[in-house]
Amino acid sequence: MLERNLARRAPTVSPLVSESSVTVTPLDPQGRLAFRIKPAALAGRGTIDGFDLSGAINSRTSSEEGATMRTALRLGPDEWMLITAADEVDERCEAISAALTGVAHSLVDVSHRDVSFSVEGPGADSVVNSGCPIDLSMRAFPAGSATRTILGKAEIVLQRRAADSFTVTTWRSFAPYVQGFLVEATRG
Amino acid sequence: MLLIDCPYCGKRPEVEFHCGGEAHIARPEMPTAVEDADWGSFLYYRTNPKGLHAERWLHGHGCGRWFNALRDTVSDAFVATYEMGKPRPDRDEATASSPSNA
Amino acid sequence: MSQPFRRPSGGRIDRSRPLAVTFNGKQLEGFAGDTVASMLIASGQHLAGRSFKYHRPRGILSHGSDEPSALLSVDWRADRGAGYRDPNNRASVVEARDGLVVNTQNHWPSLETDVGAVNDLLSPIFVAGFYYKTFMWPRKFWDRVYEPVIRKAAGLGEAPEVRDADRYSNRHAHCDVLIVGAGPAGLAAALAASADGEKRVILADEGFEPGGALLNDVTSEIDGKPAMAWVAETVATLDARENVVILPRTTAFGYYNHNHVCMVERVSDHRADAPEGLARERLWQVRAGEVVLAAGSHERPLVFENNDRPGIMLAESVRAFVNRWAVLPGNELVVVTSSASAYRTALDAKAAGMRVSIVDIRLDADCGTELSLARDGGITVRTGHTVIKALGGKRVTGLVVAPISANGSIGEKTTLACDCVAMSGGWTPSVHLFSQSRGKLRFDVELDAFVPGTSAQAERSAGACRGVYDLSAVIADGAKAGGGSSTPQATVSFAGFQPVRVLPTDADATKIKAFIDFQNDVTAKDIKLAVREGFESIEHVKRYTTTGMATDQGKTSNMNALGLVAGILDRPLPAVGTTTFRPPYTPVTFGALIGPARDELFDPVRRTPIDPWAEKNGAVFEPVALWRRAKYFPQAGEDMHAAVARETKAVRTTVGIFDASTLGKIEVIGPDAAEFMNRIYTNAWLKLKTGGCRYGLMLREDGFVYDDGVVARLAEDRFHVTTTTGGAPRVMRHMEDYLQTEWPDLDVFLTSITEQWAVIALQGPNARKVLEPFVSEIDLAEDAFPHMTVKTGYVCGVPCRLFRVSFTGELGFEVNVPADYGEAVWKTLYEKGQKHGITPYGTEAMHVLRAEMGFIVVGQETDGTVTADDLGLSGLVSKVKTDFVGKRSLTRPDMVAEGRRQLVGLLTKNPDEVLDEGAQVVDDPGQPIPMKMIGHVTSSYASSNCGRSIAMAMIDGGRTRIGETVFVTTPAGFTEAVISNAVFYDVKGETVDA
Repeated sequence: MLERNLARRAPTVSPLVSESSVTVTPLDPQGRLAFRIKPAALAGRGTIDGFDLSGAINSRTSSEEGATMRTALRLGPDEWMLITAADEVDERCEAISAALTGVAHSLVDVSHRDVSFSVEGPGADSVVNSGCPIDLSMRAFPAGSATRTILGKAEIVLQRRAADSFTVTTWRSFAPYVQGFLVEATRG
Repeated sequence: MLLIDCPYCGKRPEVEFHCGGEAHIARPEMPTAVEDADWGSFLYYRTNPKGLHAERWLHGHGCGRWFNALRDTVSDAFVATYEMGKPRPDRDEATASSPSNA
Repeated sequence: MSQPFRRPSGGRIDRSRPLAVTFNGKQLEGFAGDTVASMLIASGQHLAGRSFKYHRPRGILSHGSDEPSALLSVDWRADRGAGYRDPNNRASVVEARDGLVVNTQNHWPSLETDVGAVNDLLSPIFVAGFYYKTFMWPRKFWDRVYEPVIRKAAGLGEAPEVRDADRYSNRHAHCDVLIVGAGPAGLAAALAASADGEKRVILADEGFEPGGALLNDVTSEIDGKPAMAWVAETVATLDARENVVILPRTTAFGYYNHNHVCMVERVSDHRADAPEGLARERLWQVRAGEVVLAAGSHERPLVFENNDRPGIMLAESVRAFVNRWAVLPGNELVVVTSSASAYRTALDAKAAGMRVSIVDIRLDADCGTELSLARDGGITVRTGHTVIKALGGKRVTGLVVAPISANGSIGEKTTLACDCVAMSGGWTPSVHLFSQSRGKLRFDVELDAFVPGTSAQAERSAGACRGVYDLSAVIADGAKAGGGSSTPQATVSFAGFQPVRVLPTDADATKIKAFIDFQNDVTAKDIKLAVREGFESIEHVKRYTTTGMATDQGKTSNMNALGLVAGILDRPLPAVGTTTFRPPYTPVTFGALIGPARDELFDPVRRTPIDPWAEKNGAVFEPVALWRRAKYFPQAGEDMHAAVARETKAVRTTVGIFDASTLGKIEVIGPDAAEFMNRIYTNAWLKLKTGGCRYGLMLREDGFVYDDGVVARLAEDRFHVTTTTGGAPRVMRHMEDYLQTEWPDLDVFLTSITEQWAVIALQGPNARKVLEPFVSEIDLAEDAFPHMTVKTGYVCGVPCRLFRVSFTGELGFEVNVPADYGEAVWKTLYEKGQKHGITPYGTEAMHVLRAEMGFIVVGQETDGTVTADDLGLSGLVSKVKTDFVGKRSLTRPDMVAEGRRQLVGLLTKNPDEVLDEGAQVVDDPGQPIPMKMIGHVTSSYASSNCGRSIAMAMIDGGRTRIGETVFVTTPAGFTEAVISNAVFYDVKGETVDA
């Protein structure tokens, strides 16, 4: 019998070098759970298993980094993306399911579906805006925002961590395109 | 490119959306009880007004929600957007023709 | 060439920075701040091109983006090759810099000697509508004579022959106020709009220096300061405001819905030092809260015989060259005008040392203060005069002028020797962008112009583009449009003009060429002919004569054409209508529109986790939706046919391995999941046991087949749905639509898991043997794990959803593992499967294998008008369920009518003949044309397992016609085929349960 996890997770893209002050870096695998629940079914629960679900639509709430990291992106009225450490997925699933026993919801591991890039540096907003048509001013899309949108011809989930710091997440087969698009855009 | 006021996300560019045709055409409760002609109307007959038109839109590359919108087919002005299940807002043509970008 | 016509001082050029441009192989000299047009004039070169139709010599008409004639082919980076060349650049907007190589167009063998000029003599055949009249007959001349000749002669410039080597970039931007035009109105608007320090303001101007018409103005003052000092101060103020973005060299060319304005910024063409890789142009897609249009106005040419001779220019352009660029467009200037503004040109030109006289169409009484100012300044002014014609060929040498008497008769002619003519027929507000925004134009009789009427969007026009011409008023208007106010004291502008369409003449109007549209070579007589032939709507006249249809969009010609038509028809001008202004305002490169969407970034190419292995192992790929999929794996010396024969054979005899990762996958979860499946699919789902799989057929509400796929029930409330590769997004949308709009009461949630799982199909008699050693926590035995079931466990130690399914008719498994493990698991199974003869196969073999079994592919057998019964799948449609999507439509009369097209097999008489997919089927090839088509071929392959070709087809009433002979189109004629059942292999269905 073969051991579990014989195969190592393979990176989806190799990093490309951007020549400008804005860097585009593939992020290490993270645990990602697509979480759906009707707001009424939450019945006032603001937090589940440490994930803060109280944020407005298109916002990001996050606690700590590393092993205990809990980030919740509210992408729609009944949809969240929960992000945790890659090796915490099973534990988080169990805990969330236990907290919601008997409550209609959906929790699906999509850790392998998505690939993320960080886009950082002065002018990162312009780089994202080269293909993303939404208003990225700090007024319209402040730090702590997160939304599903478009980059060129790919769908992305865009998070703003700080003024010049974004995370761009896309489905894995779009990752080479998204990475290429962003790196091309760093050339101005 | 249109700018569409998603009831959940606010104003977002048209490329994030998908238009789903005329709104407020309810699927009959019991389709098998519907006459052929009425079913044909349900399937295929749509209004094509010059002026205000209630339409279904999906914010697919956004919050993923379907919603309804009142759009002026002459000016492309979005006069109102509203959640699924809500009644068509009472708006007249005059509101639609005023210059505004929704 | 030296610069004999450069003034010794002055101008907005930097004399400390000399530069050179190559023009038709010769060196032109100039300075930073020049355009190619100003350098040409500095050198005394006015001949700058040949015209479109008649190959007449043409010069420089204008100093701006409305230039119709001086079009140049430009090598922007001659040292880097032909990929940096593009045609039809207006000399007046090409910013001069070292290293530019420019060439004139539309002539052979040379600019000076152009054999095409014979067209000028043949012009009687090139009248309006000549295309429609001349090339009618004989018909066979069209391909061999007319078309090649027209293609060679027609068109502006030469299309580049190599691909554009430049980079182009794209930028989405948002602002509160976008201001188009940085002339006095635009600057005042920007100042007002940005004053609060909060509003985001973008100020864009097509020129390389802000100031607009003030750049040409050396006499006006604003609040006691020279006008350009006011401009400099204003720009400095704006520059210091962080909420303002100033974009020079940026043309707003398209005004679309909801204040979406597209602009193109020329980023590097003007930079001699531009590093390789710097974008050439940037497309700005701006979404503005409000738009202020301050686009200025265009001067109208006057229409008289030979008004296109080089040296004849617009009056304001002469002023611009003299003042802004410090070049003299000649020594002897005649100003011909019906407009007050041209007097400023006359005064400035005289001050610059040109000998100047004025010919004014107006009578003394119709003139303003400008007349006495000119006369007091020592300029001869002939009022009440007309121009009969211009003299000269490649350069104007004189003007024949004559007084017009009160009754309209032409008096005694005088010839005025000159080498330059400045003409002005008044002004036309630039309403292009306003009109594009769907604003309604209003005709203002006083201004003799269309001006913005009712805005359709959050937009305001300011200044000359809405007919406000006096400088103080322009600035006040701009400030108001920007949301503020300003009451400047500025020099009073010479304004007002008397509209003239065609200058009075006693010459035979049918014999002379007086140009209306310089770029498309349309003359006044062409317009008259069109009207005489019955074209009365300006839209028809435009298309018949092509006036206003060239790349300059009729900026200089439209009002003259309109006025002429209105005059001939004796109708008020607005009754003739105005033509529609369409984007782009000025020509835009394809590069700018495309931006980065080239090569790898043209479209996302979606690759599966197993793609790297397939590439390494020599797969030939095919695109399927946005995916690229391995089509077959040729071994040395194999073509597709041989490879597919080997791959399909291997699946039936040993085992094949196939990458099915692209299949759409949706996880459907919730207490009502089974009920939802029951409503969305045609078959029954409530009783499907956990661990069971079912093939599901999905209809649209109209009853036609929409998608299909295997669905597994993983738990009471959890289904793993698969869709076709191309159908995944629309199936997801279809399902969400019903959940959100029709059945919001159902507690069901959908999640796309297409890319979470890599899917490896093992198909063939040895599939179990290959898989067995790697599986843990799953019993693979036939009894424990029968066909159409699913189990979870581990394969190669990674978590797995293992499906016992088959799209080949053989014993089969589909191994779903998390995508990052896909390639490793595939490699392990492939390597350890060698001893069982494992063979990778691609989509082509997959298609053949499924067709051998008669399995349909949605989108291949179906086309949106096919029902389940048409496909012979009525067994999958529940008769018991009271409702599901599409059910009601299945009993509509036409859905149950006799003779519908039904899926059948087709066996060619010649077993080696493979029919074309899409080929039409007829009963009788001898019938007269048009024949009655009774069906078409949907799938067709050479099948090595069947030892012959096989095909599937949709045939009218096909299932009742098994055994009958039909005829199928082939490129070589009809071929015979026999209708059969659409199952070709393993008709008893025995192999799948091995």
